[in-house]
Amino acid sequence: MSLTGIFLISFLVVHVGINACIWANDGGGMFNLASHFMATTVVIRIVEVGLFAGLVLHIVQGLVLEVQNRSRRKTGYAVSLGNKGSKWYSRSMGLLGTLLLFFLIMHLSHFWVPSRFTELPSTEINGKEVANQYAEILRVFQNPVVVVLYVLGCISLMYHLLHGFQSAFRTLGVPNGKYISLIKGVGFGFAIIVSLAFAMMPVSVYLGWVS
Amino acid sequence: MLDSKIPAGPLEQKWSEYKGHVKLVNPANKRKIEIIVVGTGLAGASAAASLAEMGYQVKTYCFHDSPRRAHSISAQGGINAAKNYQNDGDSVFRLFYDTVKGGDYRARESNVHRLSEVSANIIDQCVAQGVPFAREYGGLLSNRSFGGTQVQRTFYAAGQTGQQLLIGAYQALERQIALGNVTMYARHEMQELVLIDGKARGIIARNLVTGNLERHFGHTVLLCTGGYSNVYYLSTSGMGSNVTAAWKAHKQGACFANPCFTQIHPTCIPVSGEHQSKLTLMSESLRNDGRIWVPKKQNETRKPGEIPEEERDYYLERRYPAFGNLVPRDVASRAAKERCDAGYGVGTSRQAVYLDYAEAINRYGRIECNKNGIANPSPEIIRRHGMDVVKEKYGNLFNMYEKITGENPYEVPMRIYPAVHYTMGGLWVDYELMTTIPGLYCLGEANFSDHGANRLGASALMQGLADGYFVIPYTIGNYLSDEIRTKEIPTDHPAFEKAEKVVADRISQLKNIGGTKTVDHFHKRLGKIMWDKCGMARNANGLREAIVEIQQLKKDFYNDLKIPGEIYEMNPELDKASRVADFIELGELMCMDALNRNESCGGHFREEMQTEEGEAKRDDENFSYVAAWQFAGEHEWVLIKEPLEFEVAKPSQRSYK
Amino acid sequence: MEHYKMNLTLRIWRQKNSETKGRFETYKIEDISSEMSFLEMMDVLNEKLIREGQEPVAFDHDCREGICGTCSMFINGRPHGPWHANTTCQLHMRAYQDGDTITVEPWRANAFPVLKDLIVDRSAFDRIIQAGGYISVNTGNAVEANSILVPKDQADSSFAAAACIGCGACVAACKNSSAMLFVSAKVSHLALLPQGYPERKTRALNMIAQMDKEGFGSCTNTQACESVCPKEISMTNIAKLNSEFILAGLSD
Repeated sequence: MSLTGIFLISFLVVHVGINACIWANDGGGMFNLASHFMATTVVIRIVEVGLFAGLVLHIVQGLVLEVQNRSRRKTGYAVSLGNKGSKWYSRSMGLLGTLLLFFLIMHLSHFWVPSRFTELPSTEINGKEVANQYAEILRVFQNPVVVVLYVLGCISLMYHLLHGFQSAFRTLGVPNGKYISLIKGVGFGFAIIVSLAFAMMPVSVYLGWVS
Repeated sequence: MLDSKIPAGPLEQKWSEYKGHVKLVNPANKRKIEIIVVGTGLAGASAAASLAEMGYQVKTYCFHDSPRRAHSISAQGGINAAKNYQNDGDSVFRLFYDTVKGGDYRARESNVHRLSEVSANIIDQCVAQGVPFAREYGGLLSNRSFGGTQVQRTFYAAGQTGQQLLIGAYQALERQIALGNVTMYARHEMQELVLIDGKARGIIARNLVTGNLERHFGHTVLLCTGGYSNVYYLSTSGMGSNVTAAWKAHKQGACFANPCFTQIHPTCIPVSGEHQSKLTLMSESLRNDGRIWVPKKQNETRKPGEIPEEERDYYLERRYPAFGNLVPRDVASRAAKERCDAGYGVGTSRQAVYLDYAEAINRYGRIECNKNGIANPSPEIIRRHGMDVVKEKYGNLFNMYEKITGENPYEVPMRIYPAVHYTMGGLWVDYELMTTIPGLYCLGEANFSDHGANRLGASALMQGLADGYFVIPYTIGNYLSDEIRTKEIPTDHPAFEKAEKVVADRISQLKNIGGTKTVDHFHKRLGKIMWDKCGMARNANGLREAIVEIQQLKKDFYNDLKIPGEIYEMNPELDKASRVADFIELGELMCMDALNRNESCGGHFREEMQTEEGEAKRDDENFSYVAAWQFAGEHEWVLIKEPLEFEVAKPSQRSYK
Repeated sequence: MEHYKMNLTLRIWRQKNSETKGRFETYKIEDISSEMSFLEMMDVLNEKLIREGQEPVAFDHDCREGICGTCSMFINGRPHGPWHANTTCQLHMRAYQDGDTITVEPWRANAFPVLKDLIVDRSAFDRIIQAGGYISVNTGNAVEANSILVPKDQADSSFAAAACIGCGACVAACKNSSAMLFVSAKVSHLALLPQGYPERKTRALNMIAQMDKEGFGSCTNTQACESVCPKEISMTNIAKLNSEFILAGLSD
């Protein structure tokens, strides 16, 4: 759980970095080049397989863990501990993960499926023919419902990361109080910044901040 | 006649001589011998683990849900050992001498000397098990001082020494359970001892979950069942601590020695009202740094902070300048009672004195400021630093006080009052820890052996572990070497059948009284009689009255007791009832013993026998003996005396002035 | 400290034994002093129930000074009640006001089956200790105590972990009914001392295996255990246990 989680966190870093190119405001040139690189390089294709494997493993582990842990208490409490003992999102990783899964299905069908299996309109940059993923972004995020769903997805991601980041390191046995507070701090910042960056993308497009 | 089996020879060589010549059981035979250990506190757990390690087959019993919960766990302050790590003149002899003197010359010299000899091994053993004792910065073990001594020989783990030692013994026991050498019966309570041909051969235990009676055979039986302070209803003992196992053995022939020797601990949190179920001790270690005082004016109404220094009476420092606040427990308790009875008590009940940490906080604060190079610190800075030191040393005790009373002891002095804490009396045992029933041993607080008429602080843990780790593993061989030919006796033997029937009848008798009063009603009544008339001070008239009252109480108990629920189910009220039934009988014997002992010694203070200054007056000419009582029928006992001879620690008037 | 009296409504879980189904019963109780402990309030209730011919409420308790770990009530949604770093027996009624309703439940976890009313079976904890929560040293084997040096901070950390009273509040609070805090406290206590080094690998592996076998859940680091622990056992012990476990798993 923790290893796949950290692996997926590392993917998020790459993902958020490339997507941030849309804010270059160069008509999508930088972004399209970057996504062309990601889509056509062999190494990345192989890593992509690993990414899906990691994702599936994370989901399966998560589901198994959730089901097992829920079964450890057949009779529940009439009055539960709730927020008196822990954060709601720490207790709701299964729910948050499920929301993220739904989000991912939508997200992949919006961008990954067209780029991989159906044809995207193409554009020419520096004399090179590349898929115009940028145009696709502009198109998809014109729909306000989609934008709202994306923002909700990013909020789920934020809470998932708020717990997941530090929890992953605890599970890997970072015992020292000093490091744990460092990891907590980094995890908190990471969750907020990455999720905010992702959420701002559809919002920026919809509000016409990038075109 | 009692044969104490004290080995011949000079005092300091008795134990090594004994060990050198005692009979042994070979490893192959050990595997065939079964030993029953009742109780899993320090004495029981350490004995069970040690005997199992040696190869014996052991069965252990406790009424708790786990052996880790025995009341040894709540001992706070520490454990004594003659290590002399502090280079302050400690030695085996000095620990021996302090203990005999502290016990007011009513303990057996040979036993006490052995205790002192093995005390150092206990620390070694516990450290090896992983007991996290307090340490100095150099990584070496730390010590502190305790009442009744002038050296620092007490090892401790914050205010939770008993817990840490018990967890050590518990872990050793669990290891043997895992290895299959010990079978543990938790939530089981011994109800009867089974004798076959005059020897202890097993027990009847009640499964407290199902209510079923079970028969268990052993070649020998060890009772490690703790003390009987709960005869007073209010004490610092655990709610379940009881005398039942020892009492059943007593009624089958084991002599009960010095039952009236009870220890009243000076530093407990005072009673707050009628509802009180239990008293809480504040470790004696608090007297290291705290100062005890009462106002000089009777019925003082000002708050403690408003009473100026010159209007405070530090009565222990005044009366006992040599030992000051660190006088032994009996002396400190009586002094507190004396002040309160004279009208100087504090708090709403006026049954309390102050234990004040203001000066200690100030003193430690100055030292810390010096250490940290703070020049001319303000009183507030000194206070803050001082509080940090006190917090590290006694933090958990201060927290406990605040939880119970709602007062912050860093700000206002604590209110304390004496409470029943420990019982020095118990089943009579010889040098080998065997009772007057062959094959029945008694260890730890349950026996009478080492503390005389008063126990010194940090010595209970020492005795429990000494008996379990280092005494019984040697002495038991002397008996069992003659038992290697005894085959396991099947539990359908008539003796088992009869014993089980006795228990079943007794339980149904209790259950079927069908009266109107609860067990606690009778227990409280008993407690009040005992505290008023056989408590901190006793006199002949009071004791005679108490005996009559207890006999009446017993009648009422058997006429008007009400127990809800069923026999064959979990029924805590029934468990309590059978314990209280035994306490009532014990209470009567305690009063008889106190009446018989027409002297004041240690925790036993007969008002008729005191010096002009109000100190205890011992009568060595007539009472230098162990009073061992043999049961002879309802309300009847025969007194057997074991004379005490002091070859080395010659009795003197105990003086802490 | 001002003392006061109060009337309360108690909702208490009643269950005859482990075979039968339980249910909540409601009791009114009057004239409770703010100076009483919570268990003394329960004593008052039981005395009343017995006098009225009803069965008293069975609950585990012994030392009543917060150290034996026997008491175990889930009070208004929190193990050991509302106070921080506290056991049920040390909870006092000044935590409540006149007219309050208090719901009392047993620890809930498959690994802690209810035996009667508020009493549960926590023997799983003993079996976890049996799996390796000790140092293998027979009586008499020990070397001179001061020949083992333990740095003070390490001894203090070890002691802080060893302060666990085995009450099970961590399991009761955990949404996964995990016993990780309990197991980690023991592993840390022993792993932090030189005496505990030789067996540290097998200890971590075997105790975790036994924990799983007993039916406790897995740790997801929600920190509920730490927040309710009466002895303030720290979550860093869990991370310590994880590292012990991983290192043991990676080596032979």
